[in-house]
Amino acid sequence: MCSRFPISCVAVGLALLAGCSKSSQSAVASAPPTSIPGVIDTALTPGVGHSLTTTNPQAARYYDNADAVTTGKRLFNQYNCSGCHSNGGGGMGPSLMDDEWIYGGRLEQIHQTLVEGRPNGMPAWGGKIPDEQLWQIAAYVRSMSLPATLEAQNGDTPSQTPAPVPREAANDNGWAAPPGTTNHYTSTTEGPHQ
Amino acid sequence: MKQTAFVLASLLACAATGAGAQTVPAPVQPDEVFSPKDIGHALSAPTPDAGKTAPSAANAPPDDGQWKMPAKNFAATRFSSLNELTPANVKQLQPLLTFSLNANKGQEAAPIVADNTMYVVTSYPNYVYALDLTKEGAPLKWKFAPKPVPASQGVACCDVVNRGGTVDDGKYIFNTLDGQTIALDTKTGKPIWRTLLGNINLGETLTMAPLVAKGHVYVGDSGGEMGVRGWLAALDESTGKLQWKAYSTGPDAEVLIGAEYKAPYPMEAGKDLGVSTWPAQSWKIGGGTVWGWVNYDADLDEILYGTANPGPWNATQRPGDNKWTSGIFARDPASGTARWFYQFTPHDEHDYDGINEQILLDMPFGGKMHKVLVHLDRNGYVYVIDRTNGRVLSADPYGPVNTSRGVDLQTGRLILNPAKETKLGEEIHNICPTASGSKDWNPSSFSPQTGLLYIPHENMCMDWIDMKVNYIAGTPFVGANVHMKPGPGGNRGELTAWDPVRRRPAWVVKENFPIWSGTVVTAGDLVFYGTMDGWFKALNAHTGEALWKYKMDSGVIGQPISYRGPDGHQYIAVLSGVGGWAGAVVSGPIDPRDGSAALGMVSAVSDLPKYTTAGGTLYVFTLPH
Repeated sequence: MCSRFPISCVAVGLALLAGCSKSSQSAVASAPPTSIPGVIDTALTPGVGHSLTTTNPQAARYYDNADAVTTGKRLFNQYNCSGCHSNGGGGMGPSLMDDEWIYGGRLEQIHQTLVEGRPNGMPAWGGKIPDEQLWQIAAYVRSMSLPATLEAQNGDTPSQTPAPVPREAANDNGWAAPPGTTNHYTSTTEGPHQ
Repeated sequence: MKQTAFVLASLLACAATGAGAQTVPAPVQPDEVFSPKDIGHALSAPTPDAGKTAPSAANAPPDDGQWKMPAKNFAATRFSSLNELTPANVKQLQPLLTFSLNANKGQEAAPIVADNTMYVVTSYPNYVYALDLTKEGAPLKWKFAPKPVPASQGVACCDVVNRGGTVDDGKYIFNTLDGQTIALDTKTGKPIWRTLLGNINLGETLTMAPLVAKGHVYVGDSGGEMGVRGWLAALDESTGKLQWKAYSTGPDAEVLIGAEYKAPYPMEAGKDLGVSTWPAQSWKIGGGTVWGWVNYDADLDEILYGTANPGPWNATQRPGDNKWTSGIFARDPASGTARWFYQFTPHDEHDYDGINEQILLDMPFGGKMHKVLVHLDRNGYVYVIDRTNGRVLSADPYGPVNTSRGVDLQTGRLILNPAKETKLGEEIHNICPTASGSKDWNPSSFSPQTGLLYIPHENMCMDWIDMKVNYIAGTPFVGANVHMKPGPGGNRGELTAWDPVRRRPAWVVKENFPIWSGTVVTAGDLVFYGTMDGWFKALNAHTGEALWKYKMDSGVIGQPISYRGPDGHQYIAVLSGVGGWAGAVVSGPIDPRDGSAALGMVSAVSDLPKYTTAGGTLYVFTLPH
């Protein structure tokens, strides 16, 4: 809709932007919202000039949690996740051991992908797998690309010794500019928000 | 930025461990595989003087210069009688035009030429293009976008490929990944009918090229890695209405086995073997899909097609012969009732689907002419089978084999090597051939001029460990961790010119990567094929001498064709666009550091991303004129 009427989009601004985004519940506010419905899984948030991040308090206990990743590894095979994603390298589904996060790499983002599925072939597991296990699988998936997990790889079957997901990993959605990038604008990411 | 420290640490760690490919494993040693002369068997010695090997006129009518079905004719010779191109002038062959397919997954289809129009179907999202060959630059006549459900990509085991359409009676008929068979009006590109046959929530997809014969359209399902139940369906060519569906597992009534059925061997005889050769209920999720090639034999008025591997790959979960998987059916083309069945690999333990091509020939054997089919199986053998009754006349290895010691020609049964049988929780090493077989789906050609088959194939082996797997509808049902590796010699591909009468290769050309393209052979005695690293090549059909090659924009896994253009000249056409199972490491979002990725294929071809990138382009070649 906006692409057909770019001038009016710019002119009318906030009100029309709300109509352009399927997920917007109300007109975009200029100040950071105190509550964002759902989990943001994109680096684009209209109207605020930087990326926003949401968080889910349930995610907290799956960080720095060795049991979560080892249980997640078992569940990853048990529910046939490995059938598509292999031991992290992918196949029918994309690789999980690289540093690309299409829908975000924070645990609540991975959890949301598991719950909702994704349109190009990821099944929706919400209601099919207990939520506790979905969080454990999310932790294992996040662990696959951790330096500590990759360093522990012995031979060409990775992710067999998953490292716990460090709390600091929550600071990275997966779309921050790489270190060493000269940043000529001021703010890239704000959050997390609930 | 507070996250900088963590991000920096992770990046440095990535750089230290190296984000590049794994090293390709060392090749299997030659003494690990059996000698062809020890495991190749025939019912009688070769009698080449008893007649000339050729397809019948009914199965391979005189060439009209068109290419209306992927296999060229019912005999599936992929032989073009055009002879303008010769070993003497092929060095001047050059591209006339290219056309971007706007799809970057593996392109396995054959271009189709009928009435001076070329039809191409792409990998997902299965666009169909019709190009006008009568005009300069072959402009687009029409484009059709079938809009398959995107989620179907998530249940396609080995890249989102399509093996082509076919033209008959004013229709271009093809399948879509999400389970549709569609007939387009060749003049307008508008659908005449669409029939939905597959259910992606059961893991069913369609990737094969439908066969059209006698007013029927034959379509089979894909999904052998998803616990689907295999079937072949017949549709009315004029309406798309389902006429019958023959399952590859289950009770005789659903396999369409009745009074007409005659077992070639005692092992193929018995009531409801599609139930009794499985653990209780396992046949319902047992595979035997029909994703390869279907022939219509005009001599005997029957259809012939192979069935795929049983599921899951973990064979310890399905003791028994697992009928009617990994074998070949002959059926009545109108009713679908089975006439005979022969199982190449009973109780398959290595993913040896039986879906590869059949080439229908009249051939001297035992001092007289026989109506045979030649089948190049994944399990490593060239089968010459009497197509009147399904009995094996000869079976010889055409690649490295150690999973079996030949075929017992009295019982018809493959003689297994216990040392290479797969086990739960124990890794078995250096199994040859690998899961994708001595060759996979990509079809051979046959020249009646040389009497040779031109077999594009693999030289790979594997390590395999079975793991328990749960069936969850719509998800993979595999249960094996596999790592592939090069076969003896280290060259992962070969093109073998095979003499089916003398049961031996005439010559072999080695390739670095597995050959995943088809071959076409011409009356100018040229063989064309493509390589995964992006070369399209012409060889002398008599000697294998390399005569010409051209570097494409991406690897080639398609089916080349040869046709006569409106100007009377000979043209060669092929699609580039690497992918498929063997090329998924390039076309899919796959990390080469995981050797078990793409069902273990990545281990053997983790270096492919250094040679080529994903693409999708139609190339047409001709001499300057």
